[in-house]
Amino acid sequence: METGQHLRGKTAVLLLLMVAFGSSGDTLMGKGMRAVGPPAEWSAARVGEFLSQAALSPIVWAGFGCLLLFFVSYMLVLTWADFSFVLPASAAAYAVVPLLGHFFLGEAVSPLRWAGVVTITLGVGLVGNTPPRTTLPVVEGTQRATAAAAAAAGTAKGD
Amino acid sequence: MEIALFVFLVVMAGTSGEMFVSRAMKGIGEVTSFRPGAIARVVGRALAEPWMWAGLGMMALAFFCLLVLLSRANVSFVVPVTALSYVMAALGGRFFLGEQVNASRWVGVCLVCLGVALVWAG
Repeated sequence: METGQHLRGKTAVLLLLMVAFGSSGDTLMGKGMRAVGPPAEWSAARVGEFLSQAALSPIVWAGFGCLLLFFVSYMLVLTWADFSFVLPASAAAYAVVPLLGHFFLGEAVSPLRWAGVVTITLGVGLVGNTPPRTTLPVVEGTQRATAAAAAAAGTAKGD
Repeated sequence: MEIALFVFLVVMAGTSGEMFVSRAMKGIGEVTSFRPGAIARVVGRALAEPWMWAGLGMMALAFFCLLVLLSRANVSFVVPVTALSYVMAALGGRFFLGEQVNASRWVGVCLVCLGVALVWAG
C-alpha cells in the first residue's frame, strides 16, 4: 500500500519534469515558429508549405522532442492523479515560459503583462495545494481493492 | 481577431483532448513500476483505449493551432493566455470526469482567469 507522502513525492518529481520539458519545449517551438512565420493564406498549399517549413527547422524539432518528453511524464502522472489537479499544477510552466521568452528570446514584456503572469502563478499555486486524488483508483484484484478501500478510509480520516 | 480565434481553438481542442487522454489513462489503472518494460506495457494498453485516440486527435488539432499562434505572436503572450485551459479543465474535470473541485481550486481558477486578462491587456 502506498503512503500519502510517497504519492506526493512521486507526483512532485514528475510535475518537476513536466515543467522543465514543457517550458523549454514551448520556448524552443516559439523561437523556431517565429522564424518560419504564419501561412500567407488559408489554402491547402500554403498550409502545407507552413508545416513543411516547420518540419525542416532543427529548433522546432528540439522543442518537439522536449514536448514529447513532457507528454510521457504527463501520461504517467495522469494514471494516479486527478486531471483537474495535474493540468493546473504542471502549468507552473506558464510562468516560466515568459521568463525564458524575455531573457533568452529578447521578447519585450510590459509591466501589466508581468502582473498577469504573477497572478496566473498565484492561481496555479492555490490550485496545486490540493490532494492529488479525489476519485478512487481503478483496481485489478481483490487484494488491491482492499488496499484501496483502506487507503480511502485513511484519507477520509485524515480530512 | 485571428489570434483570438486560434487561442480559442487551442484551449477547446487541447483541454478536451487532455480530458479524453485522462479518461483513457485512469481506465488502465495506476502505474506502480517505472521499469522500461512496464512503461512500454502501459503505453500499449493506453493505445488500445478508444478515448486515447479521440484525445490524441484533439491534441493534434490543438498542436497545429499552437504552431500557427507561435508563428504570429511571442511565447510570452501565447503561453500565458493558453492558461485559459484552467477554466475548461476545472469545468471538464467536474462535469466530464466527475472529479471534486473544491473552493480553493475554484479561487485559483479565477485568479488564473484574471491573470490571463491582464496578459491580454498588456
